[in-house]
Amino acid sequence: MIDFFNRLFNPKPSSATARERLRLVLLSDHLALAPDVVESLKLDLIAVISKYVDVDAANCDVTFEQQDRAVAMLANIPILGMKPADRKPPAGPAAPAAPSVAQAPEPPSFTDSAPATVAAIHEPVADAVIIEAVPGSPVAPKPRRRRRRRASVTPAPAAG
Amino acid sequence: MSARRIVITSGKGGVGKTTTTANLGATLASRGQRVCLVDADIGLRNLDLVLGLEKRIVFDLVEVVEGRCQLRQALIKDKRFGELLAILPAAQTRDKTAVSETQFATVIDSLAEMFDYVFIDCPAGIEHGFRNAIAGAREAIVVTTPEVSAIRDADRVIGKLNEKGLPIRMIVNRIRPDMVRNGDMLSVDDVCEILSIELLGIVPDDEDVIDTTNRGEPLVLTPDSKLAAIYDKIARRLEGDIVPFTPLAAPSFLSRLLGRKAG
Amino acid sequence: MHELRDEAPVAPPAPIKRGRAIVVTSGKGGVGKTTTTANVGAALGATGATVALVDADVGLRNLDIVLGLESRVRFHVLDVLEGKAELDDALVSDKRVPTMKLLAASQTREKDDVDTQAFRGLIERLRERFDYVLIDCPAGIETGFQNAIVAADEAIVVCTPEVSAVRDADRVVGLLGERVSIRLIVNRLRPALVRRGKMLSVDDVNAILRLPLLGVIADEPGVIVSTNKGEPLALDVASATGDAYRKIAGRIAGTDTSAPDIPREATFFEKFFGGRR
Repeated sequence: MIDFFNRLFNPKPSSATARERLRLVLLSDHLALAPDVVESLKLDLIAVISKYVDVDAANCDVTFEQQDRAVAMLANIPILGMKPADRKPPAGPAAPAAPSVAQAPEPPSFTDSAPATVAAIHEPVADAVIIEAVPGSPVAPKPRRRRRRRASVTPAPAAG
Repeated sequence: MSARRIVITSGKGGVGKTTTTANLGATLASRGQRVCLVDADIGLRNLDLVLGLEKRIVFDLVEVVEGRCQLRQALIKDKRFGELLAILPAAQTRDKTAVSETQFATVIDSLAEMFDYVFIDCPAGIEHGFRNAIAGAREAIVVTTPEVSAIRDADRVIGKLNEKGLPIRMIVNRIRPDMVRNGDMLSVDDVCEILSIELLGIVPDDEDVIDTTNRGEPLVLTPDSKLAAIYDKIARRLEGDIVPFTPLAAPSFLSRLLGRKAG
Repeated sequence: MHELRDEAPVAPPAPIKRGRAIVVTSGKGGVGKTTTTANVGAALGATGATVALVDADVGLRNLDIVLGLESRVRFHVLDVLEGKAELDDALVSDKRVPTMKLLAASQTREKDDVDTQAFRGLIERLRERFDYVLIDCPAGIETGFQNAIVAADEAIVVCTPEVSAVRDADRVVGLLGERVSIRLIVNRLRPALVRRGKMLSVDDVNAILRLPLLGVIADEPGVIVSTNKGEPLALDVASATGDAYRKIAGRIAGTDTSAPDIPREATFFEKFFGGRR
């Protein structure tokens, strides 16, 4: 009887909670166990960002942090300066954010789109690049529809 | 023709490795296969106990490795299965460092010439005992329960087994359909999705297991037991048959009233 | 009478506080060591005592996930022992029990990586700061177990009423030796099966182990639900299992001198309405 009322007022079953927690903790475990993947990711990240700004590659650091609803990648990338004006970055997919202060992040959409939401880049402190990844695919999330939380203070797409 | 060498492992302790080894081995023996079960849990042996053979131990794995007896002398034949089921017990008073991976693998090689199936009952953990147990194996069965800690540990073990390149299949043990239906337990589908390993068997939680291990009797000797039928299916899948998985029904209201578990 | 005031009276040095270090062990895996550590720790913490929970299961950590704190772990025991992190950075706080802290194990390293003496030193440091240091021991009797017991002077042996578990517990009691004071928790009792003669009773278990009984926990689905959610039952006032853990905490603290209850079978009424939580 008590279980009935419990389920009425606490509709989320514990198995759903367990699934979600396991997904995150296993992702965290897998990342911790794949330092070579993390190293490659870091090098690729530095290469991409170097197209737009000069970075201090020797002092770059990439770590993963398990948060409540996602595993976040935190990249600390010291930026040394802008690229000189006559050396424009190559034309390609639109830069996710122009390097100006207090750029508002893209609002999360209701379908999976670009995996990365880049917070405003301002010198000299680098910002967190938050990527939500799904276990099994290191970077690209599976195309699954998920409800996303509105971005709050730190713009992080949240798992449904 | 050399035997199939299968390690039964889990990472997490207490999820049913030894029970699975004993019952799967006994079931295959009752189907006419020559089966040897090796207890790799040196220091905390239990395979003998679960099969009711604890009083017949004379020599053990460590003594074989140290050359103090012949392999054949250490093997205990389970008379209930004719010549078809034997166990190689672990030592109780030593620890897992008493045997190296190479030594363990050599013992398994010898056994593989004498039997159709060699099952290695792996200890909990991922340390020395685990490394020994997988040293002689060519296939792995990962046993897990639908619980968060067990799945996390199974995941770790699967990573280690992948490093060794062993093909892996999974048994989900102690599932409780009533709890799954209430959302209080992860389902088999959940476990499969999280671990992404081919499913070999689904074994429901059943009080018969405690009773039969108390008595040292493999379930296959109680033919009307629901679990005996399930282990039979697992054995057949292992032999290569395609056997569909039966959906487990949650118990009826009446049986819940009377306190019976799901089958 | 003149009093000399050029020197303040010297107070005697404060005695170095030494909390109790208790290892939770079993030999057999899967009998409930981690669940017990989490719940007993939470129950002790809920009384206001300061509690440090240490996960000694390097490589297969689970104390964090059972407590629901897995997303808050930043550093682990080996990070502290190897100087990569300060102890305070590694201790994870629990909003539900402010006086309780978790020191997690590494998920990627091995038990052999832990230096025994360094681990002992760490436990001693924790004893200076906490009333209780509970150490969650891994399964087995190998390095992990040996490290976990090295700094404890009390032990809780967790045992289920099954032949393998009793046998392994017996082995562990032998290995713990005389210097450690050991008490028993019988976990996952199913009173209906005991009555039908299909399961060992608490007396059967303790006839072999012969330990002072700290408590008996009945098998119930609520435990799985609580680990699914990461919410220890000891913090659930409506849970009978939580109550059992709270009483165990009381016996450890010395505030509860009652003898442990042996759980009884659920009544027909309780079965009809789905049992006690």
